Amino acid sequence: MSKQEQHWEKTRNLLFVTLAIWFVFSIGIFLFGAEMQESSIRPFGYPLTYWFTCQGSLAIFVILIFWFAGRQEKIDDEFGFTEREGEQ
Amino acid sequence: MIKGKFIDNLPKVYGIYTGGFLVFIIIMAIAEQAGMSAKMIGIFFVAFTVLIYALIGWLSRTLQTDAYYVAGRQVPTVFNGMATAADWMSGASFVAMAGGIYFKGYGYMALLVGWTGGYVLVASLLAPYLRKFGCYTVPDFIGTRYGGNLARFSAVIVLTVASFTYVTAQINATGTIASVALDIPFEIAVYVGLASILMCSMLGGMRAVTWTQVAQYIVLIIAYLLPVFWISNNIGAGFFPHFMLADEVARIAELEGQFGFVKNSAADLATVPKGLAGITKPHSSVNATPWAFISLAVCMMAGTASLPHVMMRYFTTPSVRTARRSVGWSLFFIFLLYSSAPMLATLSKISLMDPNLATGIIGKSITEVQALDWYQNWNQAKLMFVSDFNGNGTLELNEFFMKGSAVVLATPEIAGLPYVISGLVAAGGMAAAMSTADGLVLAISNALSHDVYYKIINPKAETAKRLIVARVLLVLIGFAGATIAALEIQGILGSVIWAFDFAMSGLFFPLVLGVWWKRANAPGAVAGMLLGLISGTAYLVWVRSGGSGFLGITQLTFGIVGAAVSLVSMIVVSLITAAPDAATQKMVDDVRVPSGKTILGKQH
Repeated sequence: MSKQEQHWEKTRNLLFVTLAIWFVFSIGIFLFGAEMQESSIRPFGYPLTYWFTCQGSLAIFVILIFWFAGRQEKIDDEFGFTEREGEQ
Repeated sequence: MIKGKFIDNLPKVYGIYTGGFLVFIIIMAIAEQAGMSAKMIGIFFVAFTVLIYALIGWLSRTLQTDAYYVAGRQVPTVFNGMATAADWMSGASFVAMAGGIYFKGYGYMALLVGWTGGYVLVASLLAPYLRKFGCYTVPDFIGTRYGGNLARFSAVIVLTVASFTYVTAQINATGTIASVALDIPFEIAVYVGLASILMCSMLGGMRAVTWTQVAQYIVLIIAYLLPVFWISNNIGAGFFPHFMLADEVARIAELEGQFGFVKNSAADLATVPKGLAGITKPHSSVNATPWAFISLAVCMMAGTASLPHVMMRYFTTPSVRTARRSVGWSLFFIFLLYSSAPMLATLSKISLMDPNLATGIIGKSITEVQALDWYQNWNQAKLMFVSDFNGNGTLELNEFFMKGSAVVLATPEIAGLPYVISGLVAAGGMAAAMSTADGLVLAISNALSHDVYYKIINPKAETAKRLIVARVLLVLIGFAGATIAALEIQGILGSVIWAFDFAMSGLFFPLVLGVWWKRANAPGAVAGMLLGLISGTAYLVWVRSGGSGFLGITQLTFGIVGAAVSLVSMIVVSLITAAPDAATQKMVDDVRVPSGKTILGKQH
């Protein structure tokens, strides 16, 4: 496998992991909205589903993107595909 | 005070700007104490901020194509995040969202999840790759990746349909705010709004829009957060509302049980002015089926990843790496406002509902409520209404009506905050609607001038001529948008949601597969774009004209139909036609590697 193919395979795997986490917090948990609402886990005292819709999922997406960007940068560095300063 | 290049001094420039704006708020507060009328304060706030944006627009004027189309590709990560957040958060987010949550609760909050979750798709699937491509517009990517004018032109069609639907809603919102704040008729206010939008974008294109959007973000975030924190502290709900409103949420649920949701008779409802809504849904409990919630969220997420005015913001960063990080910053700045919207809805509701608070009106006598100053103002503006349906003389929960957009605009007044805050909120709403309208008008006119005029009609046109064409188109599109906005066909929020569905129907899969599936070819992409858009639109028309729909897909989620058709037709047509040539395959390989030259040259 060429260097570029290996880079792309790692990139693709990272995408799958990222999308899996995204799926859980954007779609997965809301399949169980009514059940979660009754849960005794109450972040900051809010009902659980309500909290996810106003803060939880949103905050997780922010963190997820930064985590993804960091991991992707590591992959690029590993294969020497990082852009040089000022390159257009 | 400022030495060296503008880009190097950004934190200082915007720091001074923010300080200046805070000083302006304080001066207005003092002026109010000294007896300045509410009307004058409103005029000052809107006029002052709009003039500043126009000044920035003028200072950013340019005669170079890469500055006009992509701001010279030198916008730093964090500032691009702010600009994207302003570009993204429209009049609908600022003015209508908290109101939607207020009236519809959980079912509506799918929009919060959808409008943030979409950024994960933007960051992981598209933005860095399109940045590496080096295109000026989204159809530029489609046209070069798939090859051929037909693919390019199809992308322009989808882009125009989606963005134009969206922009009429934004011009409508600027008109609404300008008419309330400046006290002029809506039909005129729409054109005042348009003039402000054009002043920001015409001379400097993307460069001007970028720097005004950063300025607009600062105004809108201050205008949104200040009242939320103030009201929360005022009623003793907690100094940091986001973490401390659990008791209020529980109290609203208790009050809802106490007052009860009474269904009004059709005859009673006929007396309520059009567009006003009552509290009929519980505030915090799960009141929508999983499918209704998820389908709406999915449409908004896929739509986010296909709306060209957002995508083109990531063409302005200096590198692929910064494009990726910039998406994270964008979402962080959006998060600041979105996580506050449910808190504002909660504070607004408790202020009105709780009889223990001085501001509570439910349970008071109707005549007492009708005598309130703020009620009279907002009633006159046709944004609020009470009526004694059951004739018992007291205001019941089902006898109070308000327009969704009034929740954000009126809450400071209801909660007894000084008028200066209402003026600030109006300026914030104006900033939100203007910044999005700027981005959209520019996205459409850039696609028409770069992709249709330069790439298809007249590839030999020189720079000066291209930029003149771009500006003429910008003005024409703005006027077309304002003319349609003045007709008020569809509400602000409805149009915005449709725009996402249109974009998702036609562009989501052609964009994503362009990067992630090498085998995708031009006939497949054209089929995907056109059949997706046509089938989505057909479904919308069918449901709007009384069709029953299927699978619980409504007129707000028709993008699911469009995108499904788009995906299937794109794959089938791609597979039965010839694979892309070696040069195209190599191009896709190059897009996937962050380092090296962009696919399209710096000036093209």
